[in-house]
Amino acid sequence: MSRPSVEQVWQWLDAVPDPEIPVLSLVDLGIIRDVAWAEDTLQVTVTPTYSGCPATTVINLEIEAALRARGVEKLELRRQLSPAWTTDWLSQKGRQRLEEYGIAPPQPSGAPARCPRCGSEQLEKISQFGSTPCKAQWRCQSCLEPFEHFKCI
Amino acid sequence: MTREEALFQFLLRMGDNTLVLGQRVSEWCGHAPVLEEDIALANTALDLIGQTQMWLNLAGEVEGKGRDADKLAFLRDVWDFRNLLLVELPNGDFGRTMMRQFLFDAWQSVLLGRLTNSAEPRVAEIAEKAGKEVAYHVERSSGTVVGLGDGTEESHARMQAALDYLWPYVGEMFASDAVDEEMARAGIAPDPAGLREEYDALVGRVLGEATLSIPEGGFFHKGGKDGARHTEHLGHMLTEMQWLQRAYPGASW
Ligand SMILES: [Zn+2]
Repeated sequence: MSRPSVEQVWQWLDAVPDPEIPVLSLVDLGIIRDVAWAEDTLQVTVTPTYSGCPATTVINLEIEAALRARGVEKLELRRQLSPAWTTDWLSQKGRQRLEEYGIAPPQPSGAPARCPRCGSEQLEKISQFGSTPCKAQWRCQSCLEPFEHFKCI
Repeated sequence: MTREEALFQFLLRMGDNTLVLGQRVSEWCGHAPVLEEDIALANTALDLIGQTQMWLNLAGEVEGKGRDADKLAFLRDVWDFRNLLLVELPNGDFGRTMMRQFLFDAWQSVLLGRLTNSAEPRVAEIAEKAGKEVAYHVERSSGTVVGLGDGTEESHARMQAALDYLWPYVGEMFASDAVDEEMARAGIAPDPAGLREEYDALVGRVLGEATLSIPEGGFFHKGGKDGARHTEHLGHMLTEMQWLQRAYPGASW
């Protein structure tokens, strides 16, 4: 096969869903830090969201499966810790999809801007942690529904 | 002691602290007083175990004998552990668990802040990663300590009892030995004693807000970070944590 361009690989990776929040792609999540060719080997650099996030292993498998399915034969997955992942790297598309999915996107203030269901700004925090390391639990005081907030780090 | 040997010991201390505390905190999974706290404790434990993987993998790399984080975690016996005594103490009630978490988080947040400037880049990058998680931990544990300390008569009494019990284990964080001296000389880690002022300011502010009094007297227990004298509790904890690898050596999935 001819060598796919780096832009092409980024597009492929943008079609790989995050295993825990499937409305986000790995590219939306901001964990793909670099794609480059080193001679005939494709190097993909990935940074973990949280150091103990159990999805990290699955994510590496998914990247490998997606690229192998496209015919990439020599692949090297590199782990990069620094600079540490930040929610600033979430894409605009990703933020919008999160909200549509019912998860309030991260805000610099550390608190969600509004209820992802009814848009109310009357909110209360239930717990600093949620069903995955990257989320916290909040409740809307208007529609009374609990919802998750993507933690800002 | 060569610099590499000291670095290995230092990394074991970092990784064993998060490993032992992570294991302790995970004992709450399914037992916490309310669901949200249960989830929060499990997530905290998960962060700590994740940090352990980074510290102990680097320790194994520095040692150069083919040991990785798993081998170091599961195939060492109690006298080879280098964690602070504080983190191996049994959980006690929820209040004591949260007080221990706060006393540890406060120290870790101050230490990791300094380690981001380490002369050893592999230490600096782990500190940067872990520091973000720990900033979140200390926010939560300090909030809980204030909520329970300045809470009901019952919760206040339990938090004061927890502080009285745990405070004599805080001093070990700031005691220096040959490993620390070598790390400070190399610019890899700060002299532990130099963290005390910032720690006392942070802890003093939160405990003051929690209406709790720090016990008087400078006595402290030691023997964890150099492995000289662990409490009886660590061995019991390890028998559970290491059971699978002891019963079925090399088992994997
Ligand atoms: Zn609402």
